[in-house]
Amino acid sequence: MVPREDTAAAATMESYFDDVAAALDGLVAGGESYTAWFSGEASEFVRFNRGKVRQPGTVVQRYVDVDLILGARHASHRLSLSGNLAADRERLRAAVASLRAALPDLDPDPHLLVATDVVSTRAARGGPLPPVDSVVDAVLGAARGEDLVGLYAGGPIYRGFANSSGQRNWHETQSCNLQWSLYLRSDKAVKSTLSGFAWDDALLSAKMDAARASLAQLALPAKTLAPGKYRVFLSPAALEDIAGLLSWGGFSARALETRQGSLSRMRSTDGGGAGALLDPRVTISEGTARGVAPAFQSEGFARPAKVALIEGGRLVGALVSPRTAREFSLTANGANCDEAPESLEMAGGALHASEALDALGTGLYIGNLHYLNYSDRPACRMTGMTRFATFWVEEGKIVAPVNVLRFDDTIFRMLGENLEALTTETELILETGTYRERALASMRLPGALLSELAFTL
Amino acid sequence: MPDADRFSLSDLPPLRVAADYWSLRWVDEARESYAVRKNVALPFHASRDRGAMATVHAHGGYGYAATGDTTPAGLAAALERAAELARATARFALVDSRTLPRSAARGEYASPAARVQARSRRDWYELLMRESRAAPPDPRIVDWDAGADVVDTTHRLVTSEGGDVVQHFRFLLAGMSVTAHAGGVTQTRTLNGHRGICQQGGDEILGRFAFDGAMRRIAEEALELIGAPNCPSGTMDVLLMPDQMILQIHESIGHPLELDRILGDERNFAGTSFVTPEMFGTYRYGSDLLNVHFDPTVGEELASYGWDDEGAPAERVHLIRNGILERPLGGATSQLRAGLPGTSNARADNWNRPPIDRMANLNIEPGDATFGAMVAGIERGVLMETNCSWSIDDSRNKFQFGCERGRLIDNGKLGAVVRNPNYRGISANFWRSLASVGDAGTVQVLGSPYCGKGEPSQVIRVGHASPACVFRNVAVFGGEQ
Repeated sequence: MVPREDTAAAATMESYFDDVAAALDGLVAGGESYTAWFSGEASEFVRFNRGKVRQPGTVVQRYVDVDLILGARHASHRLSLSGNLAADRERLRAAVASLRAALPDLDPDPHLLVATDVVSTRAARGGPLPPVDSVVDAVLGAARGEDLVGLYAGGPIYRGFANSSGQRNWHETQSCNLQWSLYLRSDKAVKSTLSGFAWDDALLSAKMDAARASLAQLALPAKTLAPGKYRVFLSPAALEDIAGLLSWGGFSARALETRQGSLSRMRSTDGGGAGALLDPRVTISEGTARGVAPAFQSEGFARPAKVALIEGGRLVGALVSPRTAREFSLTANGANCDEAPESLEMAGGALHASEALDALGTGLYIGNLHYLNYSDRPACRMTGMTRFATFWVEEGKIVAPVNVLRFDDTIFRMLGENLEALTTETELILETGTYRERALASMRLPGALLSELAFTL
Repeated sequence: MPDADRFSLSDLPPLRVAADYWSLRWVDEARESYAVRKNVALPFHASRDRGAMATVHAHGGYGYAATGDTTPAGLAAALERAAELARATARFALVDSRTLPRSAARGEYASPAARVQARSRRDWYELLMRESRAAPPDPRIVDWDAGADVVDTTHRLVTSEGGDVVQHFRFLLAGMSVTAHAGGVTQTRTLNGHRGICQQGGDEILGRFAFDGAMRRIAEEALELIGAPNCPSGTMDVLLMPDQMILQIHESIGHPLELDRILGDERNFAGTSFVTPEMFGTYRYGSDLLNVHFDPTVGEELASYGWDDEGAPAERVHLIRNGILERPLGGATSQLRAGLPGTSNARADNWNRPPIDRMANLNIEPGDATFGAMVAGIERGVLMETNCSWSIDDSRNKFQFGCERGRLIDNGKLGAVVRNPNYRGISANFWRSLASVGDAGTVQVLGSPYCGKGEPSQVIRVGHASPACVFRNVAVFGGEQ
């Protein structure tokens, strides 16, 4: 079964967006200008539970955010589009008219920064995906006999930008993402992900086999650890959760300028003293060139291939949106308004991943973390839970799964004084989020060996 | 192109694919957002989001198709696509859709003030700018803002059984925030949290929360916090105010009682539950003082409605009575799967996501303790208000929560303000330490527009009403000094 609008959309969505932009060109009046951000997708979703199909569905959606600018006054309108150009032209006309009516009510915006360099780009990645019933066959066939729960999300994702200066940017990705867990009992499970730009049956089989092997380890009697400090190895997936929390304001220039960022202590102190440091081996950047996010942001500014954030353990940069650039006299560097990384990269170290358990010796191997939050944001102290495949290791060998534990520690200890090693290999982890739309973001991370991590519950 | 509430079934071409049951669910949501930050009006933002989800039961399977094309042809195509999916996956279906209930509900629901003209754009900016300018000109105040969203939403559910439900909602989501910094200490104070004022209705909501004039108060509290000592550590009592209680209810009663979590649907993402089906009817969830209702009928509360998104009529039911667990939070499909009674809470956050079990309004009934009596009854403890940190395990058991502001309580008297108050515990034990429940005078009707769950994921509005409550012998601690 081939999703009809999926294949049609892949061929026509870009030209549809060009038509939307052309309609906007015709709607702006003298002295006015506009920017338009487009996001769309034609997605197949299949939700699994107990090795069966719980909810299969398709979602076709198109949204455009139009910002109408007159002098320093501007206002924006986000509207859903139907895909029917005649009807959508009418929606655009009504939206622009309502924005035009709003402008006299608004003060001039002192922090408006408009992209004036016209840099048009086009990028397309990925090819056709198999029909969803074939995917279901493959997944449930590979997991036969297991308690599988998870989600398949596949199909094209589109991002576009246009403005009245004639700039056009298009970013199209045909991708699939299968996230699943095999459950042994209660909360004992192995989580796996198969993400990419093409469906790969062989890789699915290999990953399912690996998950089954881990299930066997989870069948060992579980160990309950008392609160305390333990030596740990964080897998790249576990480090992704930590980096994900850091991305919530940690690298935001606005948060740093207003002392609200979780890494604010890495800046010089009020008295001009040196800021806090991480281990010199910690180097973090926003690496758009090697990620999956568009090379342009929602107001049309191009993204540099790389923005250095932490080098040699020192905070050396931040993500600066156009608005923050204007407010604090900084230079914008391609960030969206939330100033969160979309292609975060952390450099690897000297520990080969194959030697991680030996290097850990005795301690915790943490496969995944869960539900992180700041317990003291200005100190960058964070708390969260272990989840899925987390094991007690003795002399480099897994000896027992571990019942869930709560950690509560600062990034300055985790990636500072307590960091023993980073793995040489880094793993590209595609963002699997589906809130409102399928995400287009990624992280490239190593694993991390810590001499201790504080557990509290 | 017909809007949701003007569409007639005769507009729809006949389905080409045989179906046991189908439904069409439209959502049409318009939002206007206003904000002022540091005395600068942020650009006005509006949105209009329209679309529909077709759901089909066929050959024992189930499928959905969501589309922004709400023309008759677009809706017909979505129904056909949903039917194809239902047929194609029927042999793998977890639930035989032929056994599922079918809605024939008809009627209309409207929020308070759903059709009242909203405050004008100029009036909103004037109000928010006045509040912003009320922040004291103190160099230690480094950031502040005030904002509001006015949301008008129409839901319509039409079914092949003749069901036709139209619901009009007006939501007001407002908030303000102040951040102060000095001597290496940063503290943020908000009005009940981010968008902490969230109810259904109109301008009267702002009056309920004394929005006018609140900026000065929270700014003074932020300045007080940067000079306050760190919260002490130890085992002691906590007096949780309603703007922290709602988070405690949400995370450690609401989510664990969601029947789809108990049935395992969420195990790959949001998690499972320490609650199991055999606990209902006998399990002691909390002390005798704990009474919890699912109540989508409180007019002003954020998640009130007439019918859920599968057409089940809204009803108020007891979930926990005198501390004993009675029933889970589960819609008709989950009830059938589990063989348990449930609630009318199959809800979707928009037209492009399918209904799943959500908590809607989840409320703790008031007790008989006055605020003064609760304070007087604490020998050593901390009053905590306004949640700012939340984390709980995937079974919804081991939690750790933090608040913006604390006040020490010693020998029955309120004392000094402390910063970074945090506490941790285990859901299965925590509610049994409930020692005192505030009277109606301590109740606030609050909620959150940001409850996340589901695959694909959804962010939905939930309401929580709670009195202040006292819990004994809780692990309390502060920040990093």
